[in-house]
Amino acid sequence: MMSDTAFNPAAEAEAPPKRRSRFRAVFSKDRKAQFGLVVLGLFILGAFLAPFLAPYDPNEMTLNMMSGPSGDNVLGTDDLGRDLFSRILWGTQISLFVGVATVALALFFGVLLGVLAGYYGGWIDMVIMRYIDLQWAFPNFIIAVYLVAVFGTGLLNVIVAIALAFLDDFARIARSMVLTLKQEQYIDAAKVQGFSDFRIMMRHILPNAMAPIIVQATVSVSYAILGEASLSFLGLGVSSDTPTWGLILSDGRSFISRAWWLGVFPGLAIMLVVLSINFIGDALRDALDVRESDV
Amino acid sequence: MVAVSTLVFFMIRLVPGDPIAAMLADSGSPEAREALIRRLGLDQPLIIQFFKWFGGLLQGDFGTSIYGSNQPVSDILMNALPKTLSLAFLSFIIAIVIAVPAGIISATHKNTAADTGFSLLAFIGLSMPDFWLAIMLIIVFAANLQWLPAIGYEPLSAGFWPWFSHLILPSIAIGTGFSAIIARMIRSSMLEVLQADYMRTAASKGLSDRVLMLRHALPNAMIPVLTVIGIAFALLISGAVVVENVFSIKGLGRVLIQGIQNRDYPVVQGAVLLVSAFFVLSNLVVDLLYAVVDPRIRYS
Repeated sequence: MMSDTAFNPAAEAEAPPKRRSRFRAVFSKDRKAQFGLVVLGLFILGAFLAPFLAPYDPNEMTLNMMSGPSGDNVLGTDDLGRDLFSRILWGTQISLFVGVATVALALFFGVLLGVLAGYYGGWIDMVIMRYIDLQWAFPNFIIAVYLVAVFGTGLLNVIVAIALAFLDDFARIARSMVLTLKQEQYIDAAKVQGFSDFRIMMRHILPNAMAPIIVQATVSVSYAILGEASLSFLGLGVSSDTPTWGLILSDGRSFISRAWWLGVFPGLAIMLVVLSINFIGDALRDALDVRESDV
Repeated sequence: MVAVSTLVFFMIRLVPGDPIAAMLADSGSPEAREALIRRLGLDQPLIIQFFKWFGGLLQGDFGTSIYGSNQPVSDILMNALPKTLSLAFLSFIIAIVIAVPAGIISATHKNTAADTGFSLLAFIGLSMPDFWLAIMLIIVFAANLQWLPAIGYEPLSAGFWPWFSHLILPSIAIGTGFSAIIARMIRSSMLEVLQADYMRTAASKGLSDRVLMLRHALPNAMIPVLTVIGIAFALLISGAVVVENVFSIKGLGRVLIQGIQNRDYPVVQGAVLLVSAFFVLSNLVVDLLYAVVDPRIRYS
């Protein structure tokens, strides 16, 4: 999609502002994307300001147990008298951090593998693709569960586990983009000029392969957040004394018949964040002109 | 599958915890520990352990559980499998029943209120954690309305309704996200097909809308949808793993998670293998279905 501009240096120079205006056009019309940006923005703000905004210590136990939403406790309290709103607010930090860190990791290594495989071909491609195909035989979430089972729970392990599970998606997309772009004349031109492989990959191939990768990354953040919540919910998450959304839900599960708020609100937080990211991802797909089948 | 099982075996040997210590608790004397290690064959070199395990695997022997009752793993898995299969099957049916009409209506009534509504619902369905939806369903239908049981499983042999009533809530919880993905794909695929020349030809023959949609558009639109269904099976399986734990259904997912909690290697290995086999197999079925949907594709 970008490749046709590359034949014409003048068009390439104009590309960035054109793309920016396209972003503006899509985002100014797409109400879902606006909703997503606002809600996600609020959650990000909440995550950063949790120490100041949270009315109570998220782990402070009180005798005011299982009381419903009220003026004192906006979202009620749990079975140990902890304030649900404060816990959810602090949980935002973990969820967003895991989402972003996971995808950053998966993106870096996945794209690296994909570009190497696609660019060099031959045995490098074969080895990498063998591994990618092998990983494909497992559903992502099962990989994450298995890795956490093997390496143990904890923040770092959860991030690495989910990142590894997502690795193959990025590698596959990057590889197929590289294979397409490799045919372009400007790559031949760059080779003729004697640029190093590294420079060609970084400066000529990657920037043109970014669109589907960005869309995949956005979608993956939402899956990573869901994945972390699921792992925490199963007791395979960050740790039992950090309030994460999945853990709050899992703790509250036994009491839902008497305290509905313990079941409703943490899940609502997960859903709102994931929904916002999905809305934004969809708008990005439009703005970057990526076909659904590419990702 | 050979490579898959090799990976599964060696990965789990990296587990930091010591299952022997966990099994003997505090009471174990060094002699008891030695005896147990020998009985489980853990004193042999890793490579021998691997070939023993793999050899057994080929004969349908997954080893024995090293926790609690020391049941053969294959018994545990065979007990769990029908529950997970029932759950996956019913979730799949629910997803298709929702997704196909929703996708078709969205495509044929593009940019109407119905389309926007379905698209919004699909987004929400995609964004809801399945275990949360499961909890919400329990709150409403089991705890408050008391229409359906909140936990457990009844085999089909106990009658259709006991089986169905225990599975319907978990199946909805799993199937919702799945249906959202399929509905979106059906919509975009149908939109492409509806613009094809043969659709105009068919319409000009004076065929009814119904025939037009069901005989001409849908089969052609199904090919990319099938691909997505294959990929989304992963979602169905992950959903089953989590949701079984919410509803205390002793299927593969529950067996897997309990195995992890008990550091019961053979059970975890077996469960992961079986789950992946199910995933690979379902994708194989999808590949074969291409030929059914599209007669131009032939497998020789």
